[in-house]
Amino acid sequence: MAQPAQPVTELHILWISEGMSCDGDTISITAASQPSIEDVLLGLVPGLPTVHLHNKCLAVETGDDFIAPFWKAARGELDSPFVLVIEGSIPNENIHDEGYWTGFGVDPHTDQPKKLTTWIDELAPKAWGVIAIGTCAAYGGIHAMAGNPTGCMGLADYLGWDFRSAGGLPIVNVPGCPVQPDNFMETLLWLLYQAAGKAPTIPLDQALRPTWLFGKMVHEGCDRAGYYEQGDFAHDYNSPKCLVKTGCWGPIVNCNVPKRGWMNNLGGCPNVGGICIGCTMPGFPDKFMPFMDEPPGVTISGTVAGAWGPVIRRLRAITNKTANLEPKWRHNRPELTSGYNPRFLNR
Amino acid sequence: MATVTREPGETTKRNLVEMHWDPITRIVGNLGIYTKIDFENREVAECHSTSSLFRGYSVFMKGKDPRDAHFITSRICGICGDNHATCSVYTQNMAYGIKPPAIAEWIINLGEAAEYMFDHTIFQDNLVFVDWCEQMVKATNPTLLAKAEKTDAPNANIHGFKTIADIMRAFNPFTGSMYLEALQVSRTTREMICLMEGRHVHPSTLYPGGVGTVASPQVFSDYFVRLLRTLDFVKRAIPLNDDLFDFFYDALPGYEKVGLRRTMLGCWGSFQNPDACDYDYRRMTDWGRKMFVTPGVVIDGKLVTTDLVDINLGIRILLGSSFYDDWQSETMFVEKDPLGNPVDRRHPWNQTTLPKPQKRDFDGNYSWVMSPRWFDKRSDQLYALDTGGGPLARLWATALAGLVDTPYVKATGHSVQISLPKSSKFPEMQFEWNVPQWANTVERDRARIYFVAYAAAMAVFFYEKAMEEVRAGRTKTFTDFEVPEEGIGCGFHEAVRGVLSHHLVIRDKKIANYHPYPPTPWNASPRDSYGTPGPYEDAVQGLPIFEENDRENFKGIDIMRTVRSFDPCLPCGVHMYVGGGKTIDVVHSPMGSLLGAG
Repeated sequence: MAQPAQPVTELHILWISEGMSCDGDTISITAASQPSIEDVLLGLVPGLPTVHLHNKCLAVETGDDFIAPFWKAARGELDSPFVLVIEGSIPNENIHDEGYWTGFGVDPHTDQPKKLTTWIDELAPKAWGVIAIGTCAAYGGIHAMAGNPTGCMGLADYLGWDFRSAGGLPIVNVPGCPVQPDNFMETLLWLLYQAAGKAPTIPLDQALRPTWLFGKMVHEGCDRAGYYEQGDFAHDYNSPKCLVKTGCWGPIVNCNVPKRGWMNNLGGCPNVGGICIGCTMPGFPDKFMPFMDEPPGVTISGTVAGAWGPVIRRLRAITNKTANLEPKWRHNRPELTSGYNPRFLNR
Repeated sequence: MATVTREPGETTKRNLVEMHWDPITRIVGNLGIYTKIDFENREVAECHSTSSLFRGYSVFMKGKDPRDAHFITSRICGICGDNHATCSVYTQNMAYGIKPPAIAEWIINLGEAAEYMFDHTIFQDNLVFVDWCEQMVKATNPTLLAKAEKTDAPNANIHGFKTIADIMRAFNPFTGSMYLEALQVSRTTREMICLMEGRHVHPSTLYPGGVGTVASPQVFSDYFVRLLRTLDFVKRAIPLNDDLFDFFYDALPGYEKVGLRRTMLGCWGSFQNPDACDYDYRRMTDWGRKMFVTPGVVIDGKLVTTDLVDINLGIRILLGSSFYDDWQSETMFVEKDPLGNPVDRRHPWNQTTLPKPQKRDFDGNYSWVMSPRWFDKRSDQLYALDTGGGPLARLWATALAGLVDTPYVKATGHSVQISLPKSSKFPEMQFEWNVPQWANTVERDRARIYFVAYAAAMAVFFYEKAMEEVRAGRTKTFTDFEVPEEGIGCGFHEAVRGVLSHHLVIRDKKIANYHPYPPTPWNASPRDSYGTPGPYEDAVQGLPIFEENDRENFKGIDIMRTVRSFDPCLPCGVHMYVGGGKTIDVVHSPMGSLLGAG
């Protein structure tokens, strides 16, 4: 993959959280400590370019002063390269005649909110790199659930899975609902080193996730997996044992949270009593609902699991493959195919 | 009364300037504020607040398994998602008819107390205070800064900052000592949430019927040591906030009028008491009053009700300026509540959300936010309640009700007394929040830091109650349940920035209707079908301007402080519009850049 011709010494991060989001990924970043956001901005990590962050929650400026660098970048007038970070699902704005699902700032020509999709069209091709932070931006996530009115999708569904940025990079997806704080900072760190000419191209899997963060399953890092091996399952949420029979999808979900914890090695999901609902996955949430039911095919006893290890791995690979695919209704065609109906139909 | 209606003729005579700030930064979500300003008379004449984001939770939840509701609704908000998950669990508990074990309630209370501490700290010190920091005051009110340099801070012996200007410097973004310390405190308190609820911001261990958190002594001691470590910070923060805000009152006579609104506050109660709460709607009046933050509506300084049934039945969702079709002819899901009281068609239980994207028109429809109002059957009035950003209404309702009585927090009928135990730098300390004279910008912000102390003190109490259960061997955290064929539920809680209610209808074991009402629709609502402006609009209209800059360099700092004092959280959006008279080409907004070059 193309390296920048010149190592980048100064770089902007243009962060738009006006996708259909909860801003939870921005908030998550303020929880990171490995490194922290202020470490990066204050130049406390040696070897990185100087970073100027433009993020709505952390900005000093407001209104037009805040949004000025975004306009400059759209006109190609920003003084140094930029990384575009998109937070939130991308709505389908082709399914209504007027108005908008989500906007960012005001378009002075129309006095109407400038649509997120217009911003993406203008900024993504000019960006040195493009990051989709959180599952919404990566794959559509919760707002792209069956029956949704907005026809929303992930950034790669919008820009195309073969999109390449000005720096020659594919979209970099850092899923999670919200993103695990240090997972994002570590990805950003790699890209900043890469921009500075100090790291090769970031390794990504087929779903465009960094391989070192999403290459293993939840189950493989869970400290309750030993109970699974012994065929010793929790039957409700009172138990510190393996939760697969109460709705945990850990065996087929790509995520490192039980291993890494949520913050500072504390918290997480199945390791602390919370079922894995597959929130890092392209198939989230539909392929994991209802969350509190036992996932199909997980009730294999330990004895069988031991003897049939290779078979289990193959079966899990098939389920994992399905969970790594988005539902078909996430697209940018001028039609809404999510099964939207605002009225409850009494069956 | 800050609600001022002006005739169009009058506005043009006043030589108004349109100014807008869109997007409003240092908040969560998507908000624009559009105003008309009368610079000659130094007053904001008109304000519209708009949100430009729609996601459709109440639409796509229809037909889903109701047990998914807390996982889904948590995703409404990225800073207080756990408040939604908690409220949804309360709602489901009612619908399924379950009472979770006591320890599960103490665990949720501990998690939520940590959430208040985290969220109020990061919002106050890292987002709000940038508007009050040296860098900003230098740009908007240099004369005031000069005065602050010469003014000794009365509580310097506690917080360690000699002058008011030193306090302001401590909040300069990314360099000030309090700014940086607050970021760290926001992390420690979030670790506390992770210990109780698995993750921040979308918890993993909350379920209807209880929690999956393992109730071992270890999880509580990990929590408690972190709590104790934050107490020094809290004990310094209160006197420091008092010094700064009192300085503004002293140095700028009339500053109490900034963001002043008629006192119309709502609080839906927080921290369930497992000794009283069984989630049965028919007894909700009683167990609601046993909550450790008392639910209540305060009108003109008087407590109108503390009854959750009253509060529930009074909720009305109005349209008027929002991008939706009306549901007046749609299905009525709940005609009567379980006590036999009639339920209004405009109550969330009977709402059908019919989104209709359209152009933004400030003379017509201009926001994705609807207009929740509260109907008081005694006075036959519809009130545009606000939450005072959360803490102001919580403290006010709790103080007047005089019902909370714990070893660390006591409500007196006119104040709330808070006691924090000994910590490494300070002895045991007492703080008292007294009902203020005004519901304005300063008091909304001041209440926030007092509520951090309130939450910390309650957390000490919840820790003791949880350990009683652990020591008695009552560590079962979950009660099993069945989803009924048909049922209804409602949950009342306080999101960090104010009232939160969820309203659920189950048919055929599926969600037939689910409507969450977070604080921001209350605060950020546009003009309703009666033309009554929402609270942001109301608080900004008529706002006197104290900024020293002329029109060309105007930052709108007093407006920004006012909007942020409500703690806007708009994954449901707001925009401010300065409209009507003459439009100037360049609209300035608060400045000062450390991070943003180019």
